[in-house]
Amino acid sequence: MLLLVFGLSFLSFFPSLSLSQHFAPTRTKPHHRISVSLNLKQRKQREEKRRMMMKLDTSGLESFSAAVPSAMAAAEDQLFAPPSFDLPAGCADFDKFQMEAKQTLKHAKGTTTLAFIFNQGVIVAADSRASMGGYISSQSVKKIIEINPYMLGTMAGGAADCQFWHRNLGIKCRLHELANKRRISVTGASKLLANILYSYRGMGLSIGTMIAGWDEKGPGLYYVDSEGGRLKGNRFSVGSGSPYAYGVLDNGYRPDMTVEEAHELARRAIYHATFRDGASGGVVSVYHVGPNGWKKLSGDDVSELHYKYYPVQPTPVEHEMVDAPPA
Amino acid sequence: MARYDRAITVFSPDGHLFQVEYALEAVRKGNAAVGVRGSDTVVLGVEKKSTPKLQDSRTVRKIVSLDTHIALACAGLKADARVLINRARIECQSHRLTVEDPVTVEYITRYIAGLQQKYTQSGGVRPFGLSTLIVGFDPYSEKPALYQTDPSGTFSAWKANATGRNSNSMREFLEKNYKETSGKETIKLAIRALLEVVESGGKNIEIAVMTHKDGLRQLEEAEIDEYVAEIEAEKAAAEAAKKGGFCFIILY
Repeated sequence: MLLLVFGLSFLSFFPSLSLSQHFAPTRTKPHHRISVSLNLKQRKQREEKRRMMMKLDTSGLESFSAAVPSAMAAAEDQLFAPPSFDLPAGCADFDKFQMEAKQTLKHAKGTTTLAFIFNQGVIVAADSRASMGGYISSQSVKKIIEINPYMLGTMAGGAADCQFWHRNLGIKCRLHELANKRRISVTGASKLLANILYSYRGMGLSIGTMIAGWDEKGPGLYYVDSEGGRLKGNRFSVGSGSPYAYGVLDNGYRPDMTVEEAHELARRAIYHATFRDGASGGVVSVYHVGPNGWKKLSGDDVSELHYKYYPVQPTPVEHEMVDAPPA
Repeated sequence: MARYDRAITVFSPDGHLFQVEYALEAVRKGNAAVGVRGSDTVVLGVEKKSTPKLQDSRTVRKIVSLDTHIALACAGLKADARVLINRARIECQSHRLTVEDPVTVEYITRYIAGLQQKYTQSGGVRPFGLSTLIVGFDPYSEKPALYQTDPSGTFSAWKANATGRNSNSMREFLEKNYKETSGKETIKLAIRALLEVVESGGKNIEIAVMTHKDGLRQLEEAEIDEYVAEIEAEKAAAEAAKKGGFCFIILY
């Protein structure tokens, strides 16, 4: 399921805990958290701890009462204190509880993306469905992000996280080019992203991306995720539909394919994944990265692909019904 | 933490940074150093002051390597050099870690020059009193490179350059006699330039040669003496030819 991040201020008005079980929001803005029954001192302590852990400078978002002298602030806080509720039984550490809840539900990155290297370059393919539980929120999400004219990134996990950090990576790659008068290698770019994601480890980023490109050393493909892992490889598939895509991809892969054959293989692999995985669907996009940069090869709707691969057989009718001849 | 906020390097009314210029003076008093770039070789040479008898000469290395493919020689305050070299070495490894690629010569030169410039624009510090000659090969390339930095933080690429004592005469010599050379010829050109300002002999010259295949190699004293002997022989032959020709003309 691809999580779309709502305006989180919306959530802060809902003190009910059951909301977290439906949507399990990734906590990117701790100031707008769900308020629960903690007395003032505990809440302030937690805010302090969170503030010290945060890397981003959120001083601009602090509420105005923080600037007011403490006596006044205390009075104000009591006046405007939100309604308090009892914590669930046996929940001393609310943060840990929330993390555990998220883990049990384990929203695997609902998508299918794949990429592989062959003799003529790199093929990158992805579906385009975004879902939230059983609801399909979009059938036309761009999951292949163009970092720069010779590098692509795929999106799996949190859409906002992927989009933002890929754009950020694009900026860093361009700055590297300007400073060093030569393009950054795929190795370097993936390492930059992996180091950034590692420094945000544990803070709720959800990214499972592949960086594909062509540099001085030839075609390059790396898998980078929000746990800070980074793997170099020839074939990767990421997302909830990846087992199905791997089946087709590993079966049909040959390093000496032509671009057309590789294109068809990637398209078929994604189609089969969308057929079996409910969280994948929409349109299959296939890109090819060659020595001169990337080029979009095709974007096919999977339902049309289905009938292309499995055309409707005209079933023979056993007894044709003939109109009774007019009397 | 208390930090200095008063800069020592400030502009003069007519636009000079005197501290930087004084640093350049310090460089001019330092040992002579020369660098020559050939087509497949790059050579660094420095003047070696006579070692006191009790000193262990192995601990006084004037030409150092920053990485397996980059070397540096400098003229000026040697203690400042030590600090700068350590920072550069760390940066070389840090670059290898973050980008999984060795540094290019231009990158590390830019880093060192940037460091030197920072110390001309910070509170409570003085500029580094040294100019460096940085040589090396870019990764995935067989072309050698030679760069020079100075206390002001500027850097540029050179075919051949000299710094330190009597660098002007060395540079004039190089300008007159530079041509594209390779291998041994490059080494000889560097030694000839140094010999203009230094007493001849392997005892007073330190030479290091860098090639793409073999990396940095410091020449032994005996080798340098050989080269010096060759050069002197060539010089004598040239003199004789000139004199002989002259006499010939007069006779005729």
